[in-house]
Amino acid sequence: MSNNLRFKTSKFIDETYRVSFKFNNKTYFGFKGDTLASALLANGIHLVGRSFKYHRPRGIMTSGSEEPNAIIQLHDNSSRTEPNVRATEVEIYEGLVASSQNCWPSVNFDIGGINNLLSPVLPAGFYYKTFMWPASFWEKYEYFIRKSAGLGKSPKVADPDIYEHKYIHCDVLVIGAGISGIMAAKMAAKNGFKTLLVDEKSYLGGSSIYDNSEFSKINNQITSSWLEKEINEISKLENLEIKIRTSVAAFHGYNFLLARENLTDHLPINQRENKVRQRLLKIRAKKVITATGSIERPLIFDNNDRPGILLSSAIKKYIDLYGVACGENNILFTNNDTAYETAMSLIQRGIKINAIIDNREQIDSKISYEVEKNNIEIYKGYTVVDTYGYKKINKVSIMKLSKDGQTVIGDKTKLNCDCLGVSGGWTPAVHLFTQSGGKLKFREEDQVFIPSVYPSDQISVGSCNGDFVLEEIIRNTLSSIKKFLDIDNSEYKTVETISGLNQSKRNIWLLPSDKSIGKTKSFVDYQNDATAKDIKLALREGFRSIEHVKRYTTTGMGTDQGKLGNMHALGIISETAGTKMGEHGTTTFRPPYTPLTFGTIVGRNVGEFFDIFRRTPIHDWHVANNAEFENVGQWKRAWYYPKDNENMHQAVQRESKAARDSAGILDASTLGKIDIQGTDASEFLNRVYTNAWSKLAVGKCRYGLMLNEDGMVYDDGVTTRLGENHYIMTTTTGGAANVLGKLEDYLQTEWPELDVYLSSVTDHYATISVCGPNSKKIVSKVIPDLDLSDEKFPHMSFKNAKIDNIKCRVMRISFTGEHSYEINIQANFGKSVWEKCMEAGKDFNITPYGTETMHLLRAEKGFIIVGQDTDATLTPIDLQMDWIVSKKKYDFIGKRSLYRSDTIREDRKQLVGLLTENPEEVLEEGAQIVADIKKSPIEMLGHVTSSYYSPNLRKSIALGVVKGGKNMLGQKLIIPMENKNIIVTVADPVFLDKEGERLNAKL
Amino acid sequence: MFLINCPFCGEREQSEFKAGGEAHIVRPKQPTELSDDEWAEYLFMRKNIKGVQFERWNHVHGCRKWFNMVRDTSNDQIKAVYKMGEKPPVK
Ligand SMILES: [Zn+2]
Repeated sequence: MSNNLRFKTSKFIDETYRVSFKFNNKTYFGFKGDTLASALLANGIHLVGRSFKYHRPRGIMTSGSEEPNAIIQLHDNSSRTEPNVRATEVEIYEGLVASSQNCWPSVNFDIGGINNLLSPVLPAGFYYKTFMWPASFWEKYEYFIRKSAGLGKSPKVADPDIYEHKYIHCDVLVIGAGISGIMAAKMAAKNGFKTLLVDEKSYLGGSSIYDNSEFSKINNQITSSWLEKEINEISKLENLEIKIRTSVAAFHGYNFLLARENLTDHLPINQRENKVRQRLLKIRAKKVITATGSIERPLIFDNNDRPGILLSSAIKKYIDLYGVACGENNILFTNNDTAYETAMSLIQRGIKINAIIDNREQIDSKISYEVEKNNIEIYKGYTVVDTYGYKKINKVSIMKLSKDGQTVIGDKTKLNCDCLGVSGGWTPAVHLFTQSGGKLKFREEDQVFIPSVYPSDQISVGSCNGDFVLEEIIRNTLSSIKKFLDIDNSEYKTVETISGLNQSKRNIWLLPSDKSIGKTKSFVDYQNDATAKDIKLALREGFRSIEHVKRYTTTGMGTDQGKLGNMHALGIISETAGTKMGEHGTTTFRPPYTPLTFGTIVGRNVGEFFDIFRRTPIHDWHVANNAEFENVGQWKRAWYYPKDNENMHQAVQRESKAARDSAGILDASTLGKIDIQGTDASEFLNRVYTNAWSKLAVGKCRYGLMLNEDGMVYDDGVTTRLGENHYIMTTTTGGAANVLGKLEDYLQTEWPELDVYLSSVTDHYATISVCGPNSKKIVSKVIPDLDLSDEKFPHMSFKNAKIDNIKCRVMRISFTGEHSYEINIQANFGKSVWEKCMEAGKDFNITPYGTETMHLLRAEKGFIIVGQDTDATLTPIDLQMDWIVSKKKYDFIGKRSLYRSDTIREDRKQLVGLLTENPEEVLEEGAQIVADIKKSPIEMLGHVTSSYYSPNLRKSIALGVVKGGKNMLGQKLIIPMENKNIIVTVADPVFLDKEGERLNAKL
Repeated sequence: MFLINCPFCGEREQSEFKAGGEAHIVRPKQPTELSDDEWAEYLFMRKNIKGVQFERWNHVHGCRKWFNMVRDTSNDQIKAVYKMGEKPPVK
């Protein structure tokens, strides 16, 4: 450790607790209380990364969440690796491993640095302009661009940590525990408001907690001492909950906020086991007090990005809070009084200040006189025009500013330094305020945007509201909180402040140089390498809106969202375009304020909880019998049951054949079931289905087709009349919830006069379908008391029955064209009844089949599957299902749309059967169908919707939709594939047993 | 995210609700007597204004009831909620 950089004067650093950590494979030491940034600086390390585009060496620039440069990879190549972490926010712990990113092979020798030399040919929009043409070359460029670009590496294995979500409701949320936040929280909590105070840092008090200067006092006490007492007092308040290491990520409407609470990231890895790492807080606050402070502005001049150039407030924090000097020979460069506070902190510890460069001609404040007294040379009315040193700054050159600040005059002076502190004044941190929908106004005097119109019950106090002087901060915080909370007692009787700072500032967005702008590299966005030159180029090329300039130059598009440079970008735009600040818009700050881990966002919704599966009551049997599963909506459905070494095709062929030759059994429990009751139930069905329902007798079943109001097929299924005023409707598996929603909608909003009640009972019943020529024999063994004769129990009817004294409903309905029974029984008994059927069917080769065989069997019969053969653009007429559309009914949902000018077009896509010339050739589902391949462009007539090899017909069959297909029966069409053109003949969609002999056969 | 005051359940998170488009559009009683244009007017044409809008909402993950809402789309302020069939309490 370079001892001359560490000053053992900070109470925030525990010198008795040495911590070792690795950075770029080398071991270093710091102390408990250090951030990675402060520990690296104490070791004399500034260079931590390379810039995104030019791969320029970059160092630590700030001391907080606004850091653009020092973004590093934690624990590379481990399951806990995390990219793009700000070194300024990482608290060090024993065993920490960090490495630079965006450089190869190393941060000291980076091949991408060649981009820096090539930079004259890498202007704004370079990637857009160059690599977009010819389009086919992108694949070749991409490989090289990706290799040398990118920020960090994503983890390769599952995250071992635990995350969770938590809801918090409070009366008052205070964001930021600086001086204003502490005062606000105390006033709220003491006046009976349930209050939550959060701060992103590991300590309370913000920057005032290390303000030990004689030049700012509260009630005659040093600011930090006064504040410590306040913190001590509020930490005992019962009404107040305080959360440190908690960063508010998003401020939504209705005072709904998201915050990330960091619980273990500061602990050594071996102490994190079984602890929640990060918690996403979902906060509903009646009132919100934003006290997020402000961010110091850098200054924009040539080569303002070298390692060793820091914000002056960061230099102050490193020395005052961490006891770390950023350099041994410092220069401060400023346009306001802030840098003089930094100077005093350095002077107090005897750290050398070579010079102060101040843009202002006149400086008149107590603190500046005090600095001058210490024999420090102040160059008034000067600016830095250039800096030197590749991996670390070693010199600056300065020149005198002209009166109007637009040019530089006189001779150039070079000054040595190893650290340059810059201060361009302060930008209120209004990010959260604007996220909430707040409107800003521009304050000309000191060129800042401040909150103006509040969209919800909230207020901003302190420097995020534009108050920068201690006296104003305290006075305005007190008065606004009193008003905001409507309280008389402020808890603060008299607060007297002394401040040695003056508000004066000479704001020049882009400092002039002796070089032409084309020859300078004055960085506005450090992370994305956007320069003042790029912004001017964008304006020259016609961009005006800040949102456009931002995207073209990538200013503000990094992980830091341009927290440092956005104001300068706006300033340069308005200066160049000759417009007022904010006239071209202010950029939108989007959540999250600082990046969130995916873990925090998903919380406990990982693994099996990521997307919950629904399983049927018979699921375990399918698993035990080797089923492969298919996801249908949220359901896991048995897809097919391979035997021995069967592949899917072989299994499906066997299952399909068995179902038609003897008996098949299907778990149909996933079909949606809606119980419909009420005296108007029949009338209701009349209105929602295309066919007539009034005359359906009790105990009978009917297939129904449901349309949208636009006439397009929405869902289908069989509905059974259980009693005079009682029906049970089945829907498709995937459509169940939407159908119920749609029915409720009509019932509640269009036809509230109907006496009808709907209940979803999908999960209440297991549904077992037994089909095939031997189905009757099997069911009669399972339910011996039930008369299965065709006379007593014909097709499309239903019976109540009992199996082992358990009530069940049996429907004789068929989706395969075979004689079939569907047994519905209370879900708990589903598996045992299934096993009973298997046992009863043993002698008949009863074969369980899955969804694939079900699809094949119904395709043989030309039955549609809504969602596979239809896609919300097909009417029942298009599907050649005219028979199901009642001509007599006056109205039903979608009826009027069936004869709109568009729906009666002859050349609409219509469902047809397709047969290949070669019966072994199976078409690809989704393949295009055309008639003429010689004409260019080829006219697309339709596509294949279902396609199978039918083992029962011993040939390939397919369904498809074809423009005007109804009138093309027997016509030949072409299906162009990659290597061949397949000829198909348009056929009737019913391929098997058109007369229904199998269904009606006497068994 | 809004807090929506369901007229049946009280204040709940927006995530429990589903928006259902413009309110007070009555399904024609005799659709067969409408011209294509008149039917299309009912079927397709919906307002999407910046400002105060009358909307249908469904407490889909709650009581499943549909109700109406008056919302200012420019700032997402909910002016009123009221049951189906009731007259809007604000203009
Ligand atoms: Zn409700």
